[in-house]
Amino acid sequence: MKKLRTFFKGTYLGLMLCFLYAPILVLIVYSFNSSRTMGHWTGFSLSWYAALFHDSMVMEALTVTLTIAVLSAAVATVIGTAAAIGIHSMRRGPRVAVENISQLPIVNPDLVTGISLMMLFAFMNIKGGYVRMLIAHITFNIPYVIFSVMPKLKQSSNALYEAALDLGCTPLTALWRVVLPDIMPGIVSGFILAFTLSLDDFVVSYFTTQGVQNLSIYIYSIARKGINPKINALSTLMFVAVLTLLMVVNLKSIKEEHKAAAQAKKAEARS
Amino acid sequence: MKRTVFAYPYVVWMLIFIFAPMLLIVYYAFTADGAVTLENLRGALDPMYLEVLLRSVWMALRATVACLLLGYPVAYLLSRMKKSAASILSVLFVVPMWMNFLLRTYAWQVLLNANGILNGVLAALGLPQQSFLYTEGAVMLGMVYNFLPFMVLPIHTVLSKMDRSHIEAASDLGANPVQAFFRVTLPLSMPGVISGITMVFIPSITTFAISRLLGGGKFVMYGDLIENQFLLMQDWGSGSALSFILLVLVLISMAVMRRAEGEAGQEGGMLW
Repeated sequence: MKKLRTFFKGTYLGLMLCFLYAPILVLIVYSFNSSRTMGHWTGFSLSWYAALFHDSMVMEALTVTLTIAVLSAAVATVIGTAAAIGIHSMRRGPRVAVENISQLPIVNPDLVTGISLMMLFAFMNIKGGYVRMLIAHITFNIPYVIFSVMPKLKQSSNALYEAALDLGCTPLTALWRVVLPDIMPGIVSGFILAFTLSLDDFVVSYFTTQGVQNLSIYIYSIARKGINPKINALSTLMFVAVLTLLMVVNLKSIKEEHKAAAQAKKAEARS
Repeated sequence: MKRTVFAYPYVVWMLIFIFAPMLLIVYYAFTADGAVTLENLRGALDPMYLEVLLRSVWMALRATVACLLLGYPVAYLLSRMKKSAASILSVLFVVPMWMNFLLRTYAWQVLLNANGILNGVLAALGLPQQSFLYTEGAVMLGMVYNFLPFMVLPIHTVLSKMDRSHIEAASDLGANPVQAFFRVTLPLSMPGVISGITMVFIPSITTFAISRLLGGGKFVMYGDLIENQFLLMQDWGSGSALSFILLVLVLISMAVMRRAEGEAGQEGGMLW
């Protein structure tokens, strides 16, 4: 009975993973296809990868995408984490007021965010496409960081913080050494979410940019003329890079967990 | 020093880049040539536009329900696993989000194409060929596929931080696993569920690229309409009026969601 249940659990997760990965696998497989059209396999070829590296437009768009993702996620994580801590300790009145404004960007459709920022940038006469895109990405990223940090703050108990104060920490040190580590999983997942959203964004960038292309805009402009296998090659490379990166990050955190557990055991044995 | 100070940079940022742009939308929606008018709004409430609006809401509702039904079990199963296995698996569920969403949508075009892989499978099984692409179902599929991780993540976050002793207490008090789930686990995970619904429903309602790529322009959504007014027609007044209606709709669904959260026994006034 129990075995049967584990089997069904595994099958369900497996099916969901299939659903998520099948389209990606298709992109990867067809990036090695020598034919231009997707849907027909004509033979193995690396020519699309070669073409990719000789396309300066792709390389420029890639640089824009990556730098915007890192910069906007970093800024949003700092502002958003600070904001979550601040909002969490507010009295009810101002807290509700701030929360109501905060809810706007969360529930605001990308489309409206993009259009309203486009009008604001025109109104404020902000010209550079890169700066426009960066500001826009930070703006839509911050609420998601708050989103991730807030539940952890609510779940973390105040007792540890108070204990730190009783043991002689200043409020700031206690915040830094007790509260922050406690909510760190939320901060990390907030950063990852922000980075992902920025990397993935098309709609807001599409409306706010002026001349500067990120990968999404480039892909959209190319794909209107029909799919280009160069883009398949690009997504394959991105996918492999991201997968490797995430595996490294996760293996590291698992190792650290084991270490922490071992240390806790040692401490227990000593006492 | 008061901790509330930490929220100030954020508040200033939001006032400039969220609040002010919203005011601009309201301004353009209710003025024409500098004079206050309801003409834009009247134009946006044209029956033709309303039909598009209703269809978009209906599609988004179905996509959200599908994401919840598919995503909750994933989040639940992940939270019940050993920590090391769960962290690797949850990464696997996030990784597809790192792929550009246009590419993910295009990949479905290949799968659903008339000469595509799905029809190839059908042919191999001796079944009649179907046209999957450019149907409402294809648009739905694209929406569910793109937004599913946004349902799994918040639910998983709440479930994995949940205190297991609540469930143990429930079973000590005589609840069977099903009762324990519906009366303890599910209510406690409601904040995550509501976050997930918000994060799926709102983008679903306004998706414009997905409907264009997988619906082939046959299923114009409200997002397509707004984009048209701004970029094609350059009509900021009409576009702002349509956006304004969309925003009102979003605020209504927000109020409904918050009410649901209040009923779930959470602190009022918090969306997350």
